[in-house]
Amino acid sequence: MRDDEHDVEYAVSVRDVSKNYGDVEALKDLSLDFPRGQLTSILGPSGCGKTTLLKIIAGLLSPTSGEVEVNGKTVTGPGPDRAFVFQDFALLPWASVIRNVAFGLELRGVAKSERESIAQKYIKNVGLSGFENSFPHELSGGMRQRVGLARALSVDAQVLLMDEPFSAVDEQTRRKFQEDLLSLVQQESKTFIFVTHSIEEAVFVSDQIAILLPRPSRVSEIIKPTGIRNKGTDNIRRDPEYLDIVDRIWASLRSYVE
Amino acid sequence: MRNRPLFLKLLSAVIVFGAWEIAGRIPVSYAFPTFLESMSALATLTLEGTIFTAYAETLKPLVVGIIISAVLGIGIGLWTGLSAKFDWLFSPIFVVMQAAPLAALIPLLIMVYGIGLTSKVLVVCIMAMPVIVLNTSGAVRNTPDTLKEMGRAFLGTERDLLLKIVIPAASPIIFAGLRLGVSAGFIGAILSELKITPTGVGDIITYSRSIADYPSMYAAIFSIIVLAVLFLNLLERVERHLFKGNIRGYVSD
Repeated sequence: MRDDEHDVEYAVSVRDVSKNYGDVEALKDLSLDFPRGQLTSILGPSGCGKTTLLKIIAGLLSPTSGEVEVNGKTVTGPGPDRAFVFQDFALLPWASVIRNVAFGLELRGVAKSERESIAQKYIKNVGLSGFENSFPHELSGGMRQRVGLARALSVDAQVLLMDEPFSAVDEQTRRKFQEDLLSLVQQESKTFIFVTHSIEEAVFVSDQIAILLPRPSRVSEIIKPTGIRNKGTDNIRRDPEYLDIVDRIWASLRSYVE
Repeated sequence: MRNRPLFLKLLSAVIVFGAWEIAGRIPVSYAFPTFLESMSALATLTLEGTIFTAYAETLKPLVVGIIISAVLGIGIGLWTGLSAKFDWLFSPIFVVMQAAPLAALIPLLIMVYGIGLTSKVLVVCIMAMPVIVLNTSGAVRNTPDTLKEMGRAFLGTERDLLLKIVIPAASPIIFAGLRLGVSAGFIGAILSELKITPTGVGDIITYSRSIADYPSMYAAIFSIIVLAVLFLNLLERVERHLFKGNIRGYVSD
């Protein structure tokens, strides 16, 4: 019975995962659980294997040893229970916004009219109404990532994997995205796994922060900024607890930054 | 503003043809007719219908050769682009083909395949295919990894990845290869008619030169250039129709 309880509590469990590239150990015996319906950040300096871990969870890379479970099932490859948001957006430059958003559904064989009506809904949700027939090169960086987000949402996966999704957009857009992400986590009953290298961003958006340290990567600390979660987006950034956590994380990371 | 490019194109044509006319009038060479002489010779050839019977002949090896080069070239290009083994197997052949001095090899082709259509089609293919193959395989090999990863993350099959990501992503460079290949094919078609047996447009060129009717000779050369340009424009239209988002403007629109 305890196992059942465990499955309900955690949407994704990473168990003793190692990943070697030749002689380089990218990840070593890494274990981490991701609570259902919450946003967990994976934070660490560059080269610490954050993206590798996320791609292993996505099923895009296979671990050298260890395993990943999503809803109690071992991951053997990409699955309908997970959707990915890419750092560089990964939009099809020859396809319109609506086709890009519907692309995940297209690959699943959903009929055109049905997938376009679903895509339409998420295009509206991310605030891109009126741009359905635009092409990616006509959009700003921020708008492109909204397309990437709408594509991930439209396949309705329980777990959303986000690989530094806001790192390629400008600072103001980024702040707006962070606020939007917080309300998204509240509205959708999905589990978010969010890779970032920004300490402030991680503390601002996360229910749980896993700090990864490099060479080889392991989880050094898990921080749950529970105290600031319900204070409203306007107040978080000047909350003493927020500032304390940011400082504490920086103190533990600074020695790893060249 | 739509008129401005047209105006510039006309201006460009006026400059080129004007220079031609002046060079013909000086004259730079006895064998170099003026633009107007050449055009009137072209009009005569057209009215007599000579040019049409000539093209009926020239287009045979050209069209067959280009179709074979395009289909086979893109096919082999995709294959070598997707598999390192086939790349090792095939790419050297096409690199050699592209670098080979074709005119010197034509006697060999004639010995093996005779002086008929086969040899001429082969000349067109040898000219057109390598650049199509090499461009296609290069483009396929350079498909952005993150697009392929995206396709896999959203549960695309290998077939989906090829048809919906790899080929569209490679299409601008595949089409660039096609354009280069088609131009080379036109050169190949004329070369084969000059070097193998004088038929079609090659015959007009050879015959006019032998009787010193230089305006007709240049008229024939001019007509083949016009045809090539028209064909390249058509190819661009096809591309624009198939892959709307790819279009960022070409030199010759």
